[in-house]
Amino acid sequence: MFSKFRKRKVKTVPATGDRGLLVFEHTTAVIRAERLLKQQGWEVRVVGPPPELRTGCDLVIEFPLLDELAVVRLLTGANTGPLMVVPVNSMLLEPVDLLHVKELGRYLMVRAANMKITVDKETGMIVNVSGGGCPDVPYLAEQMVNKSLDEAPAPRDVGYTLCAYALQIAFDRSVELCSALSGRSLTRPCPLSPERSRLKGTTWSWARSVLPSTVGHRP
Amino acid sequence: MVLGKKCIAINRGTPAMIAAAAVTLEYKGLPQPVAYLVGDIGDGDGSRRLYDYLTGHIGDVPLSTLTLHYFQPDVGLFKRLLSVIDSLPGRPSLIADAGFMYVAKMSGHAPSFDLFTPDAGELAYLADELAPHPFYTRGFILHDENQIPDLIERAYRHNNAATYLLVKGATDFIADKNGVMSRVDSPREEAMEAIGGTGDTLTGIVSALIESGLDTETASIQAARVNRLAGSLARPTPATQVYEIIRHIPQALNRVLTEKE
Repeated sequence: MFSKFRKRKVKTVPATGDRGLLVFEHTTAVIRAERLLKQQGWEVRVVGPPPELRTGCDLVIEFPLLDELAVVRLLTGANTGPLMVVPVNSMLLEPVDLLHVKELGRYLMVRAANMKITVDKETGMIVNVSGGGCPDVPYLAEQMVNKSLDEAPAPRDVGYTLCAYALQIAFDRSVELCSALSGRSLTRPCPLSPERSRLKGTTWSWARSVLPSTVGHRP
Repeated sequence: MVLGKKCIAINRGTPAMIAAAAVTLEYKGLPQPVAYLVGDIGDGDGSRRLYDYLTGHIGDVPLSTLTLHYFQPDVGLFKRLLSVIDSLPGRPSLIADAGFMYVAKMSGHAPSFDLFTPDAGELAYLADELAPHPFYTRGFILHDENQIPDLIERAYRHNNAATYLLVKGATDFIADKNGVMSRVDSPREEAMEAIGGTGDTLTGIVSALIESGLDTETASIQAARVNRLAGSLARPTPATQVYEIIRHIPQALNRVLTEKE
């Protein structure tokens, strides 16, 4: 991914707007950088790169360009430095913003984009992972299936690709819904965005009212 | 699946595809498939090695059907490999699923393929001329099964589909540039959607049936029936693992192909 940029040093292009893009070698670096920046309070979002930066299965981070120096310093200090920094000057693609939740008897199936995770509501066990076409999907499934939502590794920690990113979104929603269903917080910290945090403390009856449903979501 | 001294679990992904193809070929009395495999946990290193190996060696073994599956999408390496495949004498039937279908569409070379096997979400991605990955399919292009004929038409309009499409889902659709040719919707098991690897088994079965000499449309219809029947025979729940379905493929083949013949 981004092999044509691999040997380049971080560089800056004069800004034409107030937002910039951080370009990384792997999706896993994008996920790590997004977490670091959000922890530090920066307003960032993960988006699809414009066509001129696209080589395959890519993600970039949009960030406030004025903060470039501090952002790059933070990420470089955490060994997550970007390959490139470019200003936003062409169309960006938004990640798909729909989550589908389907109840199958004692199981919940949550789909984000092309990835699905199915959880036993009674035990919190992940019983299946399906969909997706990136090479880490079978690996992620092997790591997660037959483990509880508490114990399973988060896709963001072991995956690399956009499919892993989509699975993370489905996984987060599964944690939220199962937590609401069981009336307790799972031990796994649930990285809720402000939008998603509305589900905190959700009652089962409320949760039932959205199943099956399509729920708006923006990572 | 035994690979040298290693035992590989047939849970989903490429092992499930190979296992389904192998049992189908065995049923048809044909030789077992040749597989080129590499490990890749998503960083793309293994995929790059496989692109390189195939680019250098794809002509070493005579091929009549070639199915490409979980690859890290890389447009440059894909184009290099496809140009070598295109230059082979007696070009094989080309089938793509998973990451290789994604990169075929990304690169603008989807029409070079004989068959794609997307699910509804992946079909929406094929229909979206701008999306570089299913994750970026624009929201107005719905992943709704009711929209599938429209999505098929849109995918062909933008040259983002193979000669044939086998769209897997609650109903399986077989289509070409003129639209939907057949629908297969029974037996229907709702749990199948949750089971990882059921799309991979469908790809394996259809690949083997094409290799057996069936035309792509007939092979797609029969593969859809066999996959659904094998699933039903396994009496699935959302927790069923795909190897339980693969075990029933020979019985399903026997029923479906006997009916047809």
